[in-house]
Amino acid sequence: MTTDTLIGPGFSDPVFQSQGAFRALLAALAEPGTRQGVAGGITPPDGLHAATATALLTLADYETPIWLPSVLRDGAAGAWLRFHCGSVLVSEPGDAAFAVIDGATIDPALSAFDAGTDQFPDRSTTIIVQCAALDGGETVTLTGPGIARSRQIAPAGLRPGFWAEVAANNDAYPLGVDLLLSHGDAVLGLPRSTRIGEAL
Amino acid sequence: MIRRALLKAVAVPGYQVPFGSREMPLARGWGTGGIQVTAAIIGPADTLKVIDQGADDTTNAVSIRAFFAKVAEVATTTHTAEATIIQTRHRIPEAKLTEGQVLVYQVPIPEPLRFLEPRETETRKMHALEEYGLMHVKLYEDIARHGRIATTYAYPVKVEGRYVMDPSPTPKFDNPKMHMSEALQLFGAGREKRIYAVPPYTEVVSLDFEDQPFEIQHFEDPCALCGAEGVYLDEVILDDHGGHMFVCSDTDNCEDRRAHGHRGTLAGHALEAAE
Repeated sequence: MTTDTLIGPGFSDPVFQSQGAFRALLAALAEPGTRQGVAGGITPPDGLHAATATALLTLADYETPIWLPSVLRDGAAGAWLRFHCGSVLVSEPGDAAFAVIDGATIDPALSAFDAGTDQFPDRSTTIIVQCAALDGGETVTLTGPGIARSRQIAPAGLRPGFWAEVAANNDAYPLGVDLLLSHGDAVLGLPRSTRIGEAL
Repeated sequence: MIRRALLKAVAVPGYQVPFGSREMPLARGWGTGGIQVTAAIIGPADTLKVIDQGADDTTNAVSIRAFFAKVAEVATTTHTAEATIIQTRHRIPEAKLTEGQVLVYQVPIPEPLRFLEPRETETRKMHALEEYGLMHVKLYEDIARHGRIATTYAYPVKVEGRYVMDPSPTPKFDNPKMHMSEALQLFGAGREKRIYAVPPYTEVVSLDFEDQPFEIQHFEDPCALCGAEGVYLDEVILDDHGGHMFVCSDTDNCEDRRAHGHRGTLAGHALEAAE
């Protein structure tokens, strides 16, 4: 880690900014595929989208190890998260409570992260997938809890085979990771309960 | 930490997420779970309604509403349609909940299998293995003994075809309202340190048998005050000679109907005149 990194500020009004961000994240996972604005009013460090940084500032603390790609971990983003969240940055994906991945990068696979256990499926990694855009990509149809009939999303800049990985994650339900696709100051939730594929 | 538990609860509908329940300014068993969940989500833009057995004006409901009005400076209401967050103890409002509303339940015993198997280690395994035979045996024994399923409240449901869940001790009359509800439903059990959730548009099916289908309570007479039918009624004792009346459990629904001119047999005079 470089020591000459200047760490930018976090929330200026932690109570209300984190509450607003949390409601957006809760809505994102309760209504999968809906675009939720996570405007924390912060300037994110290099390498993190505003929504990613706000989500981690809201949810992560000393109890939640975070996995970042090494280029982020060793840079400003890593220093920023260590300082503001007090989280340990881990190098093994399977040890992480939260992870940030680039949607276009091949490694690591979603299956490399912690899917929880039969008795404690809640102890799984929440992965924030930073993508090039939340629309304009390949259209996929979502069904499942939180979706009235079906919902279509088309996030862009995701690696080949990404949707097959998400479908495989759903097959392991109730185990599995939960995804938040982020770009700019918005997120789309894809909890493990969401089924990928054709509408019923 | 409560917020992280809520997100995982929403991702695995019906599964009970353990959380570190905090000390609250009231005794455990008085709604500490519901208060913690409400406190974790509530913000300046919210309007809060609190009900206790359907009523807005009972001690627990009044106290919790005043608590959040004071510490969170949020608007409060008694009207179901105006509320964004409704904290409830054991009822679901009669008015249909809509998208964007959040229903927060205060839950005493979150584990539906607890009275059948007291050991947490065992019930946790049973949930992991989806081993719910014991619950069906319990319902069967009801039929063998009483000729029908005698469970009338805390009637077990299966969520999204996976987890058997305790709907908190709501009357089984309210179970069908949980199925494909447009509102997000969050459950907090403070003493038992569990949080669980049902997202909007989620399958919530009451357990039953092919030849003994699930049924809700039916009332012979309408509400004595507002004449409503098809709502859940409470019995009120009027004197010590056996006199009694049945009135709406949902006070907001009842007041709203009376304000719109509906009259039951014991309504007497209009509300305005009473004031």
